[in-house]
Amino acid sequence: MSVPNLSPGSSRPGRFGRWGGRYVPEILVPALDQLELAFDSARRDPDFRAELSNLLTHFAGRPTPITRCANFLNGSGLEIYLKREDLLHGGAHKTNQVLAQMLLARRMGKKRIIAETGAGQHGVAVALAGARFQIPVRIYMGRRDCERQAPNVFRMKLFGAEVISVDSGSATLKDAMNEALRDWAASYDQTHYLVGTVAGPHPFPTLVSEFQRVIGDEARTQMLEETGHLPDAVVACVGGGSNAIGIFRAFLADSKTRLVGVEPAGQGLATGHHGATIARGKPGILHGSETLILTDEEGQILESHSISAGLDYPGVGPEHVFLGEQGRVDYVSATDTEALAAFARLSREEGIIPALESAHALAYCMRMASEHRKPEKILVNLSGRGDKDLAHVQTHLDRSQP
Amino acid sequence: MTRYPALFSRLRKSGRAAFVPFAVLGYPSPQTSLKWIRPLLEFADALELGLPFSDPIADGPLIQMASQAALAAGACRASNLAIVTAIRTEYPDLPIGLLVYANLIYRMGVDAFYATVREAGVDSVLVADVPVTEIEPFATQACAQGIDPILIAPPNAPDPTLEQIARKTRGYTYVVSRSGITGTETVAGRPSIELLTRLRDLGAPPALVGFGISNPRDIRRMLEAGADGVIVGSSLIEKARLPHDLRPYLQELRQATQR
Repeated sequence: MSVPNLSPGSSRPGRFGRWGGRYVPEILVPALDQLELAFDSARRDPDFRAELSNLLTHFAGRPTPITRCANFLNGSGLEIYLKREDLLHGGAHKTNQVLAQMLLARRMGKKRIIAETGAGQHGVAVALAGARFQIPVRIYMGRRDCERQAPNVFRMKLFGAEVISVDSGSATLKDAMNEALRDWAASYDQTHYLVGTVAGPHPFPTLVSEFQRVIGDEARTQMLEETGHLPDAVVACVGGGSNAIGIFRAFLADSKTRLVGVEPAGQGLATGHHGATIARGKPGILHGSETLILTDEEGQILESHSISAGLDYPGVGPEHVFLGEQGRVDYVSATDTEALAAFARLSREEGIIPALESAHALAYCMRMASEHRKPEKILVNLSGRGDKDLAHVQTHLDRSQP
Repeated sequence: MTRYPALFSRLRKSGRAAFVPFAVLGYPSPQTSLKWIRPLLEFADALELGLPFSDPIADGPLIQMASQAALAAGACRASNLAIVTAIRTEYPDLPIGLLVYANLIYRMGVDAFYATVREAGVDSVLVADVPVTEIEPFATQACAQGIDPILIAPPNAPDPTLEQIARKTRGYTYVVSRSGITGTETVAGRPSIELLTRLRDLGAPPALVGFGISNPRDIRRMLEAGADGVIVGSSLIEKARLPHDLRPYLQELRQATQR
């Protein structure tokens, strides 16, 4: 089939090559324009930057350290360095850009915040920031995700957020995003939709990427200070793709550093039960962006599958598709089983419980280690901590070891 | 030339506004969909038909439910367009509009999609998740096939956007009565007389107002504000779930379009 190219040679803002754009009902365009203007002016405003920097340092706990693994994959020739976003307040990298968007929302005079969440990490970050800023928050979360990430639902409620369980479609992240968009179409005047990843309509992919780049900026400096070298490879998991973009951006110009995005292969790419949109997706339009998506030939969106709720999404940020197309980033995948093994192994060998999402990146390192390789320094974005996953993982481990 | 200009000219002569019911193709099932649509056809000046989509972000619970039910019952492009063709054959002068989501067009290929729906007898296509800034490739192919691209004029559009919308929409202008999504949970707002006047001054084609319209009173308010007709969708789905004949309700709605 011939793949349509909707904007050949486009260099319009909001496009990464041909990918991205703004495919939303007309009613939402003024709100996106307003956000784009607020973002452009805020980035140039020293007061905004100072306030954000202050919050990141004194409220969220930046900079986060990098930790050289003492045991994990020791002896394989690989030196693994973890960028410890798991130590960030809220338990994942999500807090970085949530604080920035909260400041933007205040700047735009919005009185209410809505957000979608998959694993609940973005929802938790929005909820805690809502408490800090004393602004009402409503979180949309798929019913299935509410079940498998119950502790995060409780955390959001503790922070005073209202959590709406979404039962339509696959009852996961994509359906939560649908519902948030529907809310926003009626409430944009007073409400900011705080998108949690580098997907969605322009300006979200650009904006979220910009406010997550702090991860890579810090990590690059830390690697140089602590090892005297740039890493040979940087590895991050990719669902929507915000933690990966966040760490990759600082290294894009370092041509000797290999960048690797790890998608969820679920029960295996061949089974069709996965969320590997770059590996197996097709060009399409979902949630405002022209990007790669899981879709059937007639254009119906397919359900993704991943053991990790945060990667269980049938789309991906358009910038990732562009970086893959350019050959700058390699996109690979790891299965549920591999992620669970990595989850258990990092816990046992390093005393660090990774989020199931981040465990996909570690699983890929385990695969690298099993192949014969020259010594390499690998920087892994440990994008979140796994406390939220404990009950869910326990069920799976009990099932596999009766 | 599509069937809209002749329709609006007929309506002007008879002193009426357009009554345009909406149905989801393939709902309740591919086999029973045409039967569901039949009563609508008895009262319709024009018809709007939605291609069911898995993720209809511009639609409220009723149209979501109908879309999911249609897909679950096996509705596909071929079965949906076969229904359009059947209606076209029986009603050669009835303007038929399609309401779709961008991915349904994109996956088929933009040119192939418009050619295919033209073949089925469609007059216009509205893409719910494509605003005027992204419409070009869709509108170009639509026009090449003699199909009217329909754009939505929302209450919050700034002047330059409204100018673009007025210039690019053909056949009619879909004016939304209020912000939000389709559905009867939120009552229809009244489109400002100012918005409808601005559109007329910009030379936009006739204005059909939709979103949340469910009774004769809503319809009369729209006509007083200057609308050329109304689109009614969700409330038909809601009413059709009751075991009553839909006809008296349709009759009542149609009567309200008498000026």
